[in-house]
Amino acid sequence: MAFVAFFIKRLLQAALVMFVISLIGFSIQDNLGDPLRELVGQSVSEAERQALRDEMGLNDPFLVQYWRFLGNAVQGDLGDSYFFKRPALEVIADKFPATLDLVIGATLIIVLVSIPMGCYCAIRPKDALARTVMGASIVGISIPVFLTAIFLIYVFSVNLGWLASFGRGENLVEILPGWETGFLTLEGLAHLVLPSIALSSIMLPLFIRLIRSEMMEVLEQDYIRFAWAKGLAPRRVWFLHAFKNTLLPVITVGGVQVGTMLAYTILTETVFQWPGLGFMFIEAVTRVDTPLIIAYIIVVGLIFVVTNTVVDLIYTMVNPTVRMVGAQT
Amino acid sequence: MNRLAVFFGSDFLYRFRTDPVAVGATVVLGLFVLAAVFAPWLSGMNPHDPAQIDIMNSEIPPVWQDGGAPAFPFGTDAQGRDLLSAILYGLRISITIGIFAVMVQMTLGIVIGLVSGYLGGKVDAFFMRLADIQLSMSTLMLAIVALAVFQAAFGAELFADMAIIMLILVIGIAEWPQYARTIRASVLAERKKEYVEAARVIGLSAPVIMVRHILPNTLSPLLVISTVQVANAIISEAALSFLGLGMPVTKPSLGSLISAGFEYIFSGSWWITTIPAIVLIVLILSINLLGDWLRDVLNPRLYKG
Amino acid sequence: MALLDVRDLVVEFPTRHGTLTALSGISFSVDKGERVGIVGESGAGKSVAAFAILNLLSRPGRIAGGSITFEGQDLTQLSTQRMRAVRGNRISMIFQDPMMTLNPVLTIGTQMIETLKAHRDISEAEARRIAITRLGEVKIPSPEKRLDSYPHELSGGMRQRVVIAIALLTEPALIIADEPTTALDVTIQAEIMSLMLALCKSHGVGLILITHDLAVVSQVTQRVVVLYAGRVVESGETGRVVHNPVHPYTRGLLAALPGEAPPGARLTQIRGTMPSLNAIPEGCPFHPRCDYVQDRCRQAEPALDSLDGHLVRCVRAHELMAGQAA
Repeated sequence: MAFVAFFIKRLLQAALVMFVISLIGFSIQDNLGDPLRELVGQSVSEAERQALRDEMGLNDPFLVQYWRFLGNAVQGDLGDSYFFKRPALEVIADKFPATLDLVIGATLIIVLVSIPMGCYCAIRPKDALARTVMGASIVGISIPVFLTAIFLIYVFSVNLGWLASFGRGENLVEILPGWETGFLTLEGLAHLVLPSIALSSIMLPLFIRLIRSEMMEVLEQDYIRFAWAKGLAPRRVWFLHAFKNTLLPVITVGGVQVGTMLAYTILTETVFQWPGLGFMFIEAVTRVDTPLIIAYIIVVGLIFVVTNTVVDLIYTMVNPTVRMVGAQT
Repeated sequence: MNRLAVFFGSDFLYRFRTDPVAVGATVVLGLFVLAAVFAPWLSGMNPHDPAQIDIMNSEIPPVWQDGGAPAFPFGTDAQGRDLLSAILYGLRISITIGIFAVMVQMTLGIVIGLVSGYLGGKVDAFFMRLADIQLSMSTLMLAIVALAVFQAAFGAELFADMAIIMLILVIGIAEWPQYARTIRASVLAERKKEYVEAARVIGLSAPVIMVRHILPNTLSPLLVISTVQVANAIISEAALSFLGLGMPVTKPSLGSLISAGFEYIFSGSWWITTIPAIVLIVLILSINLLGDWLRDVLNPRLYKG
Repeated sequence: MALLDVRDLVVEFPTRHGTLTALSGISFSVDKGERVGIVGESGAGKSVAAFAILNLLSRPGRIAGGSITFEGQDLTQLSTQRMRAVRGNRISMIFQDPMMTLNPVLTIGTQMIETLKAHRDISEAEARRIAITRLGEVKIPSPEKRLDSYPHELSGGMRQRVVIAIALLTEPALIIADEPTTALDVTIQAEIMSLMLALCKSHGVGLILITHDLAVVSQVTQRVVVLYAGRVVESGETGRVVHNPVHPYTRGLLAALPGEAPPGARLTQIRGTMPSLNAIPEGCPFHPRCDYVQDRCRQAEPALDSLDGHLVRCVRAHELMAGQAA
């Protein structure tokens, strides 16, 4: 019961955030350029213009227009892109898999590297390797994502010629309808490596530091001492007793990072000319392709709301005490 | 004043003097700030003045390479600007935006934190919920979207004139929650204390008393947060400028310099991107090292997440 | 031969400002099935002694000298591997605050079963059965259900019962209980203490009870060791020490007990506070607080004297014992 209540509360909050985002999206549509000019050009008389405006509902009250916008949006219609001359959502659906590939690649790097490194640095804080990792991590968080990206291209692509510097390559495999991934071919991987590293370059050191500090705090707790006093093997104390407690704050912070990750995809994709959402968005901005800008904002808002809700749910499942709190209210 | 004396007391200074990393970071940072302040006197030319730029001088390599010219120690960029001058002016813009953006954050955060903590109830719930949502949205994302919309709405030219103010405002407004939460937490802690009650009894205004007590108490967390925030603001500014949503090429910050030079990296003119990039990284690194050191020494209770 | 024999144990904490000596050569022993109290104010080194026995000193603490002989082997010389086989198996520990002792994200069952499995080669089902038996012994209602509970679903008293059940799981020879009731409600302190006493008796397990409360010590233990500033100042049979304390510090502790004062009278207190480890006075460390202080107390630290089996570290022990000192 408590869980259902919690779930509903989260859904309501998500709906509220989406409502605000759609409102912002709509006001942009109203203020960015004249949709009529985009459609019919300059050579139409003022009377015809007004007639068209009426016909298109552009003279309706704000609320009526917004309601119509919302109705269309719910049905998946966010208007046509001026540049691509296609529904904006269709363009986004086309670009989405490329960004997804990149995000998966970066997430894999972050999870697979930060957890062992963070734990190691927490368990052996004075060790030479731990000190090196900590030193490197502060350098890591001081280099902006786009500079890492440029640096990677310069070294591995321009100088060494090992890996691709732009695009996704030709050889992609369609694993789901509409999702062509680069993970399954050598060429695809060769294109994915550098952008994924670039995308993870600030978050990886951030997570290493976070996991380290959280785990060091946990290792000082009484229940860890008690676990040692029970004669448990170090493995079990570190990776079950301590790690499970470390995970809770890390999950919370991880959820918060989704937005940052999306922002970094814009930077990474711009440098690598990666045909994903971020690159598309920056191009749409320079082309003043309003429907595409709005569609991007709404889709990104949706991604953000969904992942945050999912992270909250995962947190509830991992943390037994949250359920208890819910049950009491 | 007494508190300040204790704060900068012997232990603090002693630990500073004996830590080479802290001293090194401070010296580097100090040099950068001086270079930024005195940029007009240190520069060979004014890179913002088109009349002083000669396109014939474009892409001259740094002086230590073949074809370098002594007039341009770090070489020139694609438009013939002296790179050293452009970097000095860019440093100036980047540091200005970083500091002013953090001042906006701090002001907003302190005011909201005080109000939220003091009034409590619905006002508090509203601001803290807003802070949660805003923190989870990522500053950079909000800034990118906001600036993209402004740019589309105002047109590139008007936007270029207003860029520096827009950047300060956008980065400033997007990051208030950190400060607000810290201030609010100490307001809540102070409210419970007896002197607030006592002050009320003798007819003093509780808010005034609290502000006078809270602000000194939050000095160390504010200092630690601010150091990190200045570094973050400079990174954000660089990223936005790199995307073409920040400082225009005619008045470049470090980010826009890097952005402008990026395409020449493939044709061999590495210095146009690399030298400003190194300056930017060293600047951020020295601030972050200092912030890390402050966090270790002052060890304030900070808000996570 | 004693079950546990601690000899001249020295524990140090190296810090930036010099090395602090938390225990400066304490000795005591526990026989099989015997219950021994370790008493002193906070800062006396009671908990340090407990953690030193299990080699679980928090960093940067280290054993700098002495021996800890348990069941014939010196624990200070054991490899980490062999030490682990002692912890939770032959020697169990009960911590002060049951709210902090159990891992919040693991079920009671997991935390019990893992202890058994760490030391015995048994099946999950068998471990579960033993866990349920022990939970029953500590009087936890419907123990089968409790195995699937998380710690936060239990009250403080219940949690401490679970901790006691965990301590008993492997039938240890010795349990070290570090202020096991201090963090609990006054109403259930006595309950938990008598439960522990009963279980120690029925299982024939030795107990080291660490506490600042001499009243509890006199109810539960057979012998008592009084610590002051990392030194043993008095030790002997509990009855003798409690009824005829010799050392002025022990006398002070006893006088401070509410039960010793007539109703309405002011409770006596030992004046001053325990010195901190970096400022232990010259001579007898207790002299600044002592009512019987003489000049020689400030010169040299007295040795631990035996007054037929009753050990006292005081130059005026004989006078005090005979009741002649003033």
